[in-house]
Amino acid sequence: MTTSPKHPFREVAVVGVHNTRQARVLEGYDSRTVTMEAALGAIADAGLTPLDVDGVTGGNVAAEFVYQHRIGPVWKSPSGLGIPAVLEAAAAIATGLASIVLIPSGSAGAYTQRESTAPWTRPGNEFVAPFGMFTAAEFALIARRHMLTFGTRPESLATVAATIRNNGSANPDAVYSGRGPFTPQDILDSRMIADPFHLLDCSTTSEGGCALVLAHADIARDLARPPVYVLGGGIDYYGPSYQNPPTFDLGGRRDPTFVNGWVGRRAAEQAFAMCGLSPDDVDVCEFYDPFSFEIIRQFEAFGFCKEGEGGDFVLDGTIGPGGRFPVTTDGGTMSFSHAGSQPQLLQRVARGVEQLRGACASSQVDGAEVAMCSNGGSGALFTDVLLLGKDAT
Amino acid sequence: MTLLVPQTGAIPRPKPSSLSQPFWDGLGLHELRFQRCGACRGATHTPALVCSRCGSDELTWEVSTGRGIVYSWTTVWRPQTPEFVVPYVPIVVDVEEGWQMLSNLVGCDHDEVAPDLAVEVVFHHLDDGVTLPYFRPIGG
Repeated sequence: MTTSPKHPFREVAVVGVHNTRQARVLEGYDSRTVTMEAALGAIADAGLTPLDVDGVTGGNVAAEFVYQHRIGPVWKSPSGLGIPAVLEAAAAIATGLASIVLIPSGSAGAYTQRESTAPWTRPGNEFVAPFGMFTAAEFALIARRHMLTFGTRPESLATVAATIRNNGSANPDAVYSGRGPFTPQDILDSRMIADPFHLLDCSTTSEGGCALVLAHADIARDLARPPVYVLGGGIDYYGPSYQNPPTFDLGGRRDPTFVNGWVGRRAAEQAFAMCGLSPDDVDVCEFYDPFSFEIIRQFEAFGFCKEGEGGDFVLDGTIGPGGRFPVTTDGGTMSFSHAGSQPQLLQRVARGVEQLRGACASSQVDGAEVAMCSNGGSGALFTDVLLLGKDAT
Repeated sequence: MTLLVPQTGAIPRPKPSSLSQPFWDGLGLHELRFQRCGACRGATHTPALVCSRCGSDELTWEVSTGRGIVYSWTTVWRPQTPEFVVPYVPIVVDVEEGWQMLSNLVGCDHDEVAPDLAVEVVFHHLDDGVTLPYFRPIGG
């Protein structure tokens, strides 16, 4: 890889990652305690102590971490969601506002009314809630449109779900470890939730914490773990999630060639441009998997295949173990964990880091040097991407 | 096959904002309202301060024909909350004046939904005075 002198994040690395135990219900925990545990785990993973941290992103629990450990004054951002928090932390380090930044997250005890869908899936908005919308239905409206337009088949969606669930089944740390293997037919045979999504096309719900620590490269080189460098990233938004009709063709006035069905395209182009890489350079695809179809459209949006060809792209083993572009190797939100709104997002990044360290207990991609991570989805009108590298570009 | 009917249970009620109040007020009068731009004549929904096509703030409320075609749909078997009777069919409708809205399909069997199905608005009064706009097949 060539060095770009203008690379904005060339001096930033992920140095610590930690997932707490993940479970459908984490007895004895609440969101605060599981977040605190995740934070300390990531700091320890890096070989650091809380006193080394001079920057934190997140909400009240992140602020409380600063107070309880008396590590103030520190740089702090309220940014609480996944990849945007990582990019903001990276920017803080790149600009010298901080040198070691903690990104803690965790959720437990939030989902108790099990006869309804999880609270973070149910919008309160006047234009969707009365019509029975929740995330599966929102994303189904997008997937249906792709199927109508391009002839994408349920078998392609089921292949994605089976692939990711099998990764989770093989992962000893997954909530649904050992619950496979699944064939695509098993997915199609599961009960329908929101057509075209069967139960096994959908993410699960669970509880747990996840935290990252980022540091300046000068510090990273001397820490406990091999640094994993931030190569590039991008953030694409079309508006608030779950308040407006979720349509594939929603566009913006600035450039009508970008539409919500491929949200994340611009972000991916930005991310690749930052480091001079292309999809061909990616070894592992830690894509966010709220619903099976989302993987198909991400391969199209990020430039791995052409528009409308994602359904065929996923069918021939390309995205499975040993394939050219292994996807969501820990089992993702379908099998590994789907804890609240934030840990699930950070977990894509954590897994990308573990892949580049060569430290995965299951589904390790041999010799992985570049990982692409993503968050969000077209049903939620946003997608964020992050490129990680074993080497700095 | 299951005949799709309006929901009658304790489903979430809309909480109108100052921006959206004219939309909800219209439904009680059996009017499906949208915002028309005085500058480009484009249609805007959901209710906004500026035109979604050109950014002008010359928006005025107009009454839609209430007709359109189905742009996308999903048949839901696992409800958002237990108050919803399944199956129900959320749809995105391409409304005649060139705007899209989210609703539910009623007045046909759940497996009769199809691409570009022609539909028309039907006003459903809930017992607490709220009116929801559903859509049914034209001539169905």
